Amino acid sequence: MLEKFRALRAEHAAVSAAGRDPFGVAFDTVLSATEAVLEGRRVLLLGTNNYLGLTFDPDCIEDAAEAVRSLGTGTTGSRIANGTYGGHAALEARLARFLGRRSAMVFTTGYQANLGALAALAGRGDHLLLDADSHASIYDGARLSAAQVTRFRHNDPDDLRRRLRHLSSQPGEKLIVAEGIYSMLGDTAPLREIVEVKREAGAWLLVDEAHSLGVLGESGRGLAEAEGVEAEVDFVVGTFSKSLGAIGGFLASDLDGFDALRLSARAYMFTASLPPSTVASVTRAIEVMEARPELREALRRNGQRLHAGLSAAGFMLGAMPSPIVSLPMPDRERAVLFWNRLLEAGVYANLALGPATPGGKPLLRMSVSALLTPAQIDAAVLAVARTGEALGLIGTALEAAE
Amino acid sequence: MLDEQAALREITAALEESGKLTGPVTMETSILHDLNLDSVGAIDFVMLLETRLDTVIPMDRMAEIETIGDLVRVLTSQASAAN
Ligand SMILES: Cc1ncc(COP(=O)(O)O)c(C=O)c1O
Repeated sequence: MLEKFRALRAEHAAVSAAGRDPFGVAFDTVLSATEAVLEGRRVLLLGTNNYLGLTFDPDCIEDAAEAVRSLGTGTTGSRIANGTYGGHAALEARLARFLGRRSAMVFTTGYQANLGALAALAGRGDHLLLDADSHASIYDGARLSAAQVTRFRHNDPDDLRRRLRHLSSQPGEKLIVAEGIYSMLGDTAPLREIVEVKREAGAWLLVDEAHSLGVLGESGRGLAEAEGVEAEVDFVVGTFSKSLGAIGGFLASDLDGFDALRLSARAYMFTASLPPSTVASVTRAIEVMEARPELREALRRNGQRLHAGLSAAGFMLGAMPSPIVSLPMPDRERAVLFWNRLLEAGVYANLALGPATPGGKPLLRMSVSALLTPAQIDAAVLAVARTGEALGLIGTALEAAE
Repeated sequence: MLDEQAALREITAALEESGKLTGPVTMETSILHDLNLDSVGAIDFVMLLETRLDTVIPMDRMAEIETIGDLVRVLTSQASAAN
């Protein structure tokens, strides 16, 4: 049964042979949104997606603690079977208000939000158009749907247009799926152009704002807000596991009849709902996100500081400044070595390998938090620069990897 | 409409364009093994072909493609569906 994983096991063993297992780091403890302890040593967390640093927000913790004491540790079932707790409905209403949408429904993870939304929205005879660099949850949701799936070149509205033109004679609804910020390189979708194509083709548009919620837009509603195209986005997907510092996912929309999805999205119907503590902390985190726009500003500054620091050190970076900063690596061996050396130097980043990365190329991926201090970022830049120098990867080598 | 020979010619040209042409390509050539394309490379290659031929190959049809011959069959049937 497990024989088919032989090649995968060998590959994983090779990746881990250079030092630690990059996909199995076990921290002794986590100290804050920006620091943890690994084998007795403090490490700086530079790969958490904890964009606003809300995992240790005292108010979020307090509300979660209060909810666990009064309502218990779990719901022990789905909303359909075990009922909705007051907090679930209140969170959905609060989220809808924050997003300026008529309706929102909450899922147990963002992964499940995509599974549930795509499989329910796009049925037999419909068409899904996915960006080629879509997150695994989007691909998996598309596989669960009975729709015909077509992918378009990453961030290429013309390729999308061409494909929609081919499909124009075919019946069925067309749903375009894009992400606010793409998690591997931190690049954003050309949403205004995609909206234009969508209008021409009479298609629908779903935007996954997993990495852009709380990050982009004046109010933190994401890329659609930043680009001024929210009215043209029919469905918003997002997660509570990044800027909101907990776990969970959502789907929001202005469409009539939205609640039918509660009776058709299987990833909503057949899994336990979020526990009261999470519902409480997320509800509070939305309040905090609204009340403290300075967090978003600090996040932006931190992303720029890291980007500028690494550029000045001679690295070629994968994208414009954003909270995600990725270094393209020339090959898998040096990517693994880089990641290990950097951790030795006290900085935890993410090693991202194909096929999860654009073009299957290895990346050293970093993401910043609003709570990192300038001194912490400068220390990280220094550690990354020293590691890059020691491996001979500054400047030319990385340029060649582009 | 694209016939088999034309499809094979287009595939060879696309492989050449992307620097992946290592030798003669026949209907039996395995995309993953003989052409040394990994799954990401294979997808990129198919997208390149889609652009060249101005066609669209839905993802569920990708699953049936192992050899160049499979790809030719998909391309020839797609082209007619699109016209
Ligand atoms: C674009 C995108 N969608 C969805 C998810 C899944 O979110 P969650 O962690 O809540 O399952 C992620 C997280 O990695 C993501 O990057």
